[in-house]
Amino acid sequence: MAQTTASTQEKPARRDPAQLAKLFLRYAVLILLTVVFIAPLLWMLSTSLKPLPQTTQFPPSWIPQEFSVQGYSTILTTSSQTPVPRWFVNSLVAATAHAALVLVTASMAAYALARMNFRGKNILFAGIIATLFVPQFVFLMPNYLIVDYFGWLDTLLAVIVPGAAGAFGVFFLRQFFLSLPKELEEAALIDGANRYQIFFRIILPLSRAPLATLAVLSFLVNWNDFLWPVYVLFSPQNLTLPPGLSILNESYNVKYNVIMAGGVIASIPVLLLYLFAQRYIIEGVSRSGLKG
Amino acid sequence: MSTQGIEQPHVQQPPGRKLPGSRRKPTDASPLAPYIFMAPYLVLFLIFIVIPGVFGIWISLHNWDYLLPGKPWVGLENYTNLFSSNSTTGGPFWNSMEATGKFTLYSVPLLVVIPLLVALILNQKIRGIQFFRAMYFAPYVLGVAVIGILWRYLLDPNIGLVNYYLGAKIPWITALPWAWVSLVGVTVWWTLGFNTVIYLAGLQDIDPALYDAAKVDGANSWQQFLNVTLPGLRPILLFVVTVTILASANVFGQPYIITQGAPGDETTVAIMYIAETGLRQFNMGAASAMSYVLALALILVSIVNFVVFRNRGD
Repeated sequence: MAQTTASTQEKPARRDPAQLAKLFLRYAVLILLTVVFIAPLLWMLSTSLKPLPQTTQFPPSWIPQEFSVQGYSTILTTSSQTPVPRWFVNSLVAATAHAALVLVTASMAAYALARMNFRGKNILFAGIIATLFVPQFVFLMPNYLIVDYFGWLDTLLAVIVPGAAGAFGVFFLRQFFLSLPKELEEAALIDGANRYQIFFRIILPLSRAPLATLAVLSFLVNWNDFLWPVYVLFSPQNLTLPPGLSILNESYNVKYNVIMAGGVIASIPVLLLYLFAQRYIIEGVSRSGLKG
Repeated sequence: MSTQGIEQPHVQQPPGRKLPGSRRKPTDASPLAPYIFMAPYLVLFLIFIVIPGVFGIWISLHNWDYLLPGKPWVGLENYTNLFSSNSTTGGPFWNSMEATGKFTLYSVPLLVVIPLLVALILNQKIRGIQFFRAMYFAPYVLGVAVIGILWRYLLDPNIGLVNYYLGAKIPWITALPWAWVSLVGVTVWWTLGFNTVIYLAGLQDIDPALYDAAKVDGANSWQQFLNVTLPGLRPILLFVVTVTILASANVFGQPYIITQGAPGDETTVAIMYIAETGLRQFNMGAASAMSYVLALALILVSIVNFVVFRNRGD
């Protein structure tokens, strides 16, 4: 660890044996860590492709001795108690709608807070930011009753809408809008554009990267959300994947090829998203840290 | 509206703001615009944050059973019950608070130190760093449900890979202290990438000239770490510690799926108990009161944490 701090400052060195040994050691550690983080995920994939008897066999085979789609066919054939395809569609609809709702509401509010003057703006902004520090669980009971009041219990609306009230998106986009040069908007105003035109034609097109980051993060959070859907969704056909997986886990008890197939199906969309939008995800996360 | 902005540049400006030579603020163009832009978010904010924030307190002052028509006012009884030894909710609630406290105490130090070590290893000018960073972060993009079912399998005492490779028969899920080791270990594995990425961003923000200066002064690597890296990371450290404490105190999914609160109710954490009390047994008044007590505990911890870091920072 201590050596690494020093070496960040060195130019790529010539290959003397000591340097080579150091380099080798570093890569050994890095590769070992990669195995630690990735092997369990590969095991999930591998198990999902095994026939049932093989899932409990020792010594374990990382590559199935005999491939089987039994796990997948079990959950894909519609079962009334564990309709995994239905959960998949529900999750996809909920996460997409949630991300869209966050983008629209947060970008508009963030723009007003970044660029417009109106009465009570500072107090409002302080109030919104303060809620970032209120732990989510205090909203559990009242929001359950509010969602019930709207008749949204056991519907996807319950998992799409309330989460969009979170302040993160507003805070995140406001920071970005503040960093945009004002001259652009002032020039547009003088050319006779109004606020709405400026927002849609200048601000939003300039904000593709932060909007993509927010969309991807909102999608991920919603796709993975567990606590809230466990309690507000009940009917098997109305569940999203996370509460569904928990039920799948119980109803297929030790049929691990079936359970792992469910895990793989729930992981594929987010891993694909991660593969293609990694930059947005990691930068979104690291930028949220720099605010601290 | 667009012409209005041009024709009356100064009219709407409050007198106090009108500095000679200052440009008209573009916001003055359409007086309704700010409210129109704020409205959609504010509706959500009001209904799902402001109102529930107040409503939750109101609920906590009633014997609020979701399934019963009458919801009698009980004042602070839901709170005082938690502190009286002969109530039915007090004991289990404090047990669950203790479980959350243990989980936080065990996992936070690991999640503060290990990601820092990983970030230091990653923060080097060698090839493939992006790749490794991406690999370490990968588990974090998966949800707790996937992590839970996967590790329940891996930690199975008879057919799990963990015991196979250790050559042991450890009851990871059903006995102490193993249940805690499992929950903390899984959580570290799952969320380590998040803190690592934050540390990495912080490390890259430290001015390289500081290291050069330290080297000129003859500082060795360890001294450089103590005198340049750590002070440079202080704000990041505060952030990581705070966020990790909050996340740990919010723990729910891992014990819900992996240990299901067992052995006994040892790993029944606070949020599990609150949610089960309020949303399964529908004893919402008591559950609300508990959630405010937990929130208060968290606020106190955050304040202590902040003060500690501040005092060290001079």
